[in-house]
Amino acid sequence: MSLRFQRLLLIFLTLVILLSAVLLILYNTRENVSYFYTPSEINKSDMIINKIIRIGGFVENDSFKKISSSSFKFRITDEKASILVTFNGILPDLFREGQGAVIEGTFDNNVFNATNVFAKHDENYMPASIKEGLRDTGYWNKKYK
Amino acid sequence: MKFLVNPSKFNEIADYIFKPVLVLSILFFALGLLFSFYLSPDDYQQGSTVRIMYVHVPSAWLALLTYAIMTFYSIAALAFRMPFGFIFNTAVAPIGAIFTLICIISGSLWGKPMWGTWWVWDARLTSVAILFIIYLIIIFINLSFENRVVREKVVAIFVIVGSVNLPIIKFSVDWWNTLHQPATISKLAKPSIDPSMMTPLIIMTFAFMMIGVAIAILRIKTEIISRKSNLS
Repeated sequence: MSLRFQRLLLIFLTLVILLSAVLLILYNTRENVSYFYTPSEINKSDMIINKIIRIGGFVENDSFKKISSSSFKFRITDEKASILVTFNGILPDLFREGQGAVIEGTFDNNVFNATNVFAKHDENYMPASIKEGLRDTGYWNKKYK
Repeated sequence: MKFLVNPSKFNEIADYIFKPVLVLSILFFALGLLFSFYLSPDDYQQGSTVRIMYVHVPSAWLALLTYAIMTFYSIAALAFRMPFGFIFNTAVAPIGAIFTLICIISGSLWGKPMWGTWWVWDARLTSVAILFIIYLIIIFINLSFENRVVREKVVAIFVIVGSVNLPIIKFSVDWWNTLHQPATISKLAKPSIDPSMMTPLIIMTFAFMMIGVAIAILRIKTEIISRKSNLS
């Protein structure tokens, strides 16, 4: 085995060991690395009053209610479970029914009091004109507004 | 392909290709900006804000690509005693750092109107922030050793260790829940972006690539000269 091949092998072994160490750490801390829980991942221990957590999912269709000009009520769903959210503040532009959203706040008796609302968009990009065309022919996915 | 490993061969080729590369980058930027601003449509969700993508995504890709190439050169430099790899690391790290910074700033400007926040500590944003810090550390190691032989080895080892971050950045959006969207363009699947929006993205990627190569040529040549005259 030549010296340069030995060095190459040593480097690759080091990389593999390092990568597996880091991945093991990340795998075992995945609950904390994830930015938010989906509604069905929420369990009783997360619902402790005054513990700040984030939940993410879609804004449920026909659940959005405007209570006053800056106070809103809506449900966040992942199609398995859904959570009632109340929010006082300014909603991001992309926020609407059917849109992804991440909400930061605390639980208070099964109601989630939001302090921050972030809109989440997916990986699809499409010209606005095509959307109009799709809607005209009835092929538009109704999940999106 | 000897010019990719041999400093004097590199100098020869670099003199030939520098001007064409620079002209190409200017052409691609002119064409790319024209497409980004005028010849591409608004997005169905994001409206005009989507145009930030044409700066954000190319700079992100090139930040990762630059680091990947540095990793290959570091491995080759250490295993095969190839000094050009060390030269490359020293010359190119600041370019990668700037690409990462452009990616972070443009992403932040995009995040405010769309997500409703400049910054969150989700897996993708955090791992890219770590990439930027790794680039900074490489630059600082480069500045902090008197002895060149020790310094370039430390840099190469650090680059290889830091490369662990690359797959984490790439897959962060698949492994964990993040506010950042998953990949729009991946090799295995049909891209979920319309061709009319893909065109400016590709042109801008080439523009960023060409300007990156042009600056890299200048910096590598400078590094070769300063080594010959024992300045560093």
